[in-house]
Formats: sequence, structure tokens, C-alpha cells
Amino acid sequence: MSHSHRLALQFLLPSFLFVLIFTLFPIVESFHLSFYRLILTLPWLGQKFVGWENYRDLLTDPVALHSLTTTLMFVAVTTPLEALLGLGMALVLNESFQGRGPLRAIVLIPWAIPTVVSSQMWRFIFNDRYGLFNFFLFGDSTGLYLAPLADPRLAPIAIMVAEIWKTTSFAFLIILAGLQAIPNDLYEAASIDGATAWQKFRYITFPLLKPALLLALLFRTIDALRVFDLVFVMTQGGPADATNVLQFYGYKKSFAEGMIGYGSVISVVVFFLSLLLSLIYIRSIGSRMLETVEAR
Amino acid sequence: MRRKVFLLFWSSAIGCFSLLPFLWFVLTSLKTPNEITAIPPKIIPSFYLGFYRSALENYGLLRYVGNSLIVAGATTLFTIAIGALAAYALARFRLSWTRFYLMLLLAVSMFPQIAIAGPVWRILNYLNWLNTYHGVIAAYITLSLPMGIWIMTTFFKELPYEVEEAALVDGCTRLQVLWKVVLPLAAPGLFTAAILIFIHAWNEFFFALLILTNPTLQTLPVGIALFPGEYTMPWGEIAAASTMATLPLVFLTLLFQRRIVRGLSAGAVKG
Repeated sequence: MSHSHRLALQFLLPSFLFVLIFTLFPIVESFHLSFYRLILTLPWLGQKFVGWENYRDLLTDPVALHSLTTTLMFVAVTTPLEALLGLGMALVLNESFQGRGPLRAIVLIPWAIPTVVSSQMWRFIFNDRYGLFNFFLFGDSTGLYLAPLADPRLAPIAIMVAEIWKTTSFAFLIILAGLQAIPNDLYEAASIDGATAWQKFRYITFPLLKPALLLALLFRTIDALRVFDLVFVMTQGGPADATNVLQFYGYKKSFAEGMIGYGSVISVVVFFLSLLLSLIYIRSIGSRMLETVEAR
Repeated sequence: MRRKVFLLFWSSAIGCFSLLPFLWFVLTSLKTPNEITAIPPKIIPSFYLGFYRSALENYGLLRYVGNSLIVAGATTLFTIAIGALAAYALARFRLSWTRFYLMLLLAVSMFPQIAIAGPVWRILNYLNWLNTYHGVIAAYITLSLPMGIWIMTTFFKELPYEVEEAALVDGCTRLQVLWKVVLPLAAPGLFTAAILIFIHAWNEFFFALLILTNPTLQTLPVGIALFPGEYTMPWGEIAAASTMATLPLVFLTLLFQRRIVRGLSAGAVKG
């Protein structure tokens, strides 16, 4: 082994040990445990090999299927809306005007707030007796007030609103960085040729911004797939499992009910779902990302 | 003129969207119990501090703040130390597998927490590290390393190699070069990474919930999420605790906005 290989190895080893012990081994172990019956609250039963039984149970578990569609719905609604809002914000904040600097900082506030805090905040806004949501809709006719978090049709929407508010900043950041990388002379040339604002957006901004938009969408998708804090604080997966997303269901099975074996099957499914998406992501943009790091 | 009105309208709309919901919660924390439940809502509070006192005295808010400071602070220090070593190697030795390692880190940072939660819990249980600071900190270091290493690698690449070469010629070892030459030069980058790691660790909830079941060790997010109250929620206290948990972060963000933006988009889009 050459000198620089050995040296690089020594420098990387401490970080690799952490990654190995607390992420790579656990992933493999989750697979392994998904073939066992293992119940935390009944330790005397031990760890019994059951083959594909947990997987068969999953396929016939209506709550799990519902949880999968709830999660996919959550991702499908929130991520495009976040990218769209983030794009709008980035277009405005890419113009130069007085107060742009402070406004760019203010936009980051939702990103900086702990998710648990923003969840409590939205839970209060959606409160059935004195929440702002009800006041805006019905004024002081308290008889009409809704309880969005206790309504299976409204609760998922409430959670989506809270998610979009919290994470649009992140999409905005990525898209703004993309906008700033577009050279200004393209717009100047287009102006000389008499292009309208829409034509400039359609033929310059949008095509050049596509990688940034894709990046924002995929980062948000992967993050939305693992939504947990919001659901834990606002609804506990309820009412009637209307917001029981996969990560929350897996948590409940593994830790509230102690069914580590069955919970591991859910872990494996969530893992493959996001692996699939990260592969798409790495294939489409990952190598480009690495090149920009290496080019510097 | 039209452009000016357009920009004024949309920038105010963006400002309100980002600021008002949280401002409402902050105002709530300064209201009296009657003002909180008033219909129509009272906008300007009477700056009643009772809920802050109650959150501090009856709910032990300071203990949660202390736990969060210890956990987030230690996570930041260790991640920077371990991450800087790795980032230096990744920035300076261009070997076939260092590229693979960066990709591995990227993939690892995308794992959903639930995919590793059970085994991580069992490892910590086996080590008797559940309900300890070092248990959470070890998990958090692992979660922060990918982001920290990516950011620091980007910053290290920007440093001129000539200074390091001179130091190597003078007989410094690589570790001495890293310590005496690279780290001082890369201080802004380290600081950026540190802010992001700190905010991340301060806000983390999922693993804190699993690992810390003992209330005396729980961090702020766990305390705020599990605020006791079945039928009548203590909204005043929750709002007060939330404000105290968030204001330091809001100040950090407003102060270091540029750095945060650079760090978050480091290497992400620039092409």
C-alpha cells in the first residue's frame, strides 16, 4: 500500500468507524431482524427465526398499506408545492431592491425553528376553540369552529401546511443559488433582442435552473419521506390513522409496541423506498455535484 | 414604477409568510391566560411574564436548555474534529476510493432514521449507553458527519496548496500541516460547518426521543413535544418554552445568514 493511501486511510478511519457502527451495521441488522420474531416487552420468548412471515404479515396489514399511501400522498403534495413556492420566493429575492438582505435572512427563520416547535405552533393555530385558523374562517361564530386535527379529512392537510411552511426555505435556498449562477449577460443579450420578461424566464431562466429545481425536489422528497416530528406532536398518527406515515408507524410498532421484528420490515421498506429515490438523485445530479467539489 | 409596486407587494407577502406564524406564537407566550383564549384574538399582549416563570419553575425548562447545550455543543466539537480529519484527506488525496467515500456519506445522510433506529437502540442498550449524554452524542456525531465532511471538504479545496507544500518541505507531518496551516486558514469554513451542525443537533428529535427516556436528561425538543397536559394544554407555557428554545437559533440565523446559505448550498449547485 502506498504512502498516501495509508495516510488517507488513517485520516478517514475515525469518521468511518462512526458511520460503520451507527449506520451501516444497523442497516444490515435491520434486514437480519426482519426475519425474526422479537418482542421487546416479552424478552423471554427470545429471538425466533420466522422466515418471510413478517413480510407476509406486512402485505396483509391494512394499516401498513394505508400508511404507505398516506406517506406517498404527503410527499407528492408537499414537495412540488415547496419547489414552486421556493421558486417564486427566489425569483423575487434575486431582484435587487432595498431591504433584500434582511428579507433573505427572515426567509430562513422557518428553517431554523426546531420542527417540534413549529409543530406545536401549528397545533395551536389549528386549535378547535381559539385557533387563528378558525377565527380567520368563521370570525367569532364559535359554533361553526372546526377541529382540523381531529378530522380525518382535514388532519393530513393541516400537516402538509405545517410541513410546507417549515421547509420551503430550504427549497428556496437551493433554487436561489441556482439563479445566482446564471450569467447576467444572457439576460442583457435577450433584452437587446427585445425579449419579454416571460420569454426570458421560459428560454433562459427555466432551462438553466432545471438542475437546481431537480436537486431541491429530490432533497425535499427524501426528507418528506421520513416525516416524523410533525406527526408525533400534532396528531400521533390519528385521527383513525389518517396521518399515520411510515416512519411514525414503524416507530410505533418497534418502540411503543416493542415488535422489533415486524418494525424492522417497515424499516426495510422505508429504506428501499428512499434508496430508490437517492439512486435516481445520485444518477441525475450526484456526479455533477462531486465534480464541482473536485474542480475547486 | 410597476416593478417597484410588484416587488414591494411580493416581498411583503414573503416576509409575512415567513415571520407571522412564529411571531404569533411569541406574542402568545406574553399574554395572560384570558388573552390566550380570547375570541376575537387579542393581537398585542400585555407582556405578562407569568408563563415564562411557570415554564422555568414548574416544568424545569432550564434543565432542558442545559441538556440541549451539552448535547449540541459536544456533538459540534467532536464532529468538527473527526470531520476535519476526513475532509482534509478527501480534499488533498485524490484516490479512486475517496470519491466513493464521499458518495457513501451522501447516501448515508439520506437514510430514513427508522431504517436504523431499532439496531441503534439495541447497540446503545448493549453498551448501557441509553439515557446517557454520550449515547445521544455518539448517535448525533454519526448523523452530523456527512454534512460536516461535505461542507469542510468544499472549503478545504479552496485553500491554496502552496503554503501546505512549503510546510511539508520544511519537515512538518500531514497532521501538523492540518493543525498549524489548514485549520487556521479554513476557520471561516469550520465556523460555518459548526453553526449548521449545532442547529441540526439542537433541533433533532427522533433519536433524542428513543435514547433519552429519563426526564432529567431530555433535550428541549423532547421536553416541548412531551409537554404534560391531557385535556387542557398549557399553551402559555408551551409558547414560552418554544420561544426560549428558538430565539437563540433565530439570532444565529440572522447574524450568520450568509455563511448558512453558503454552507447549505456548498457544492450543491454551482455549475
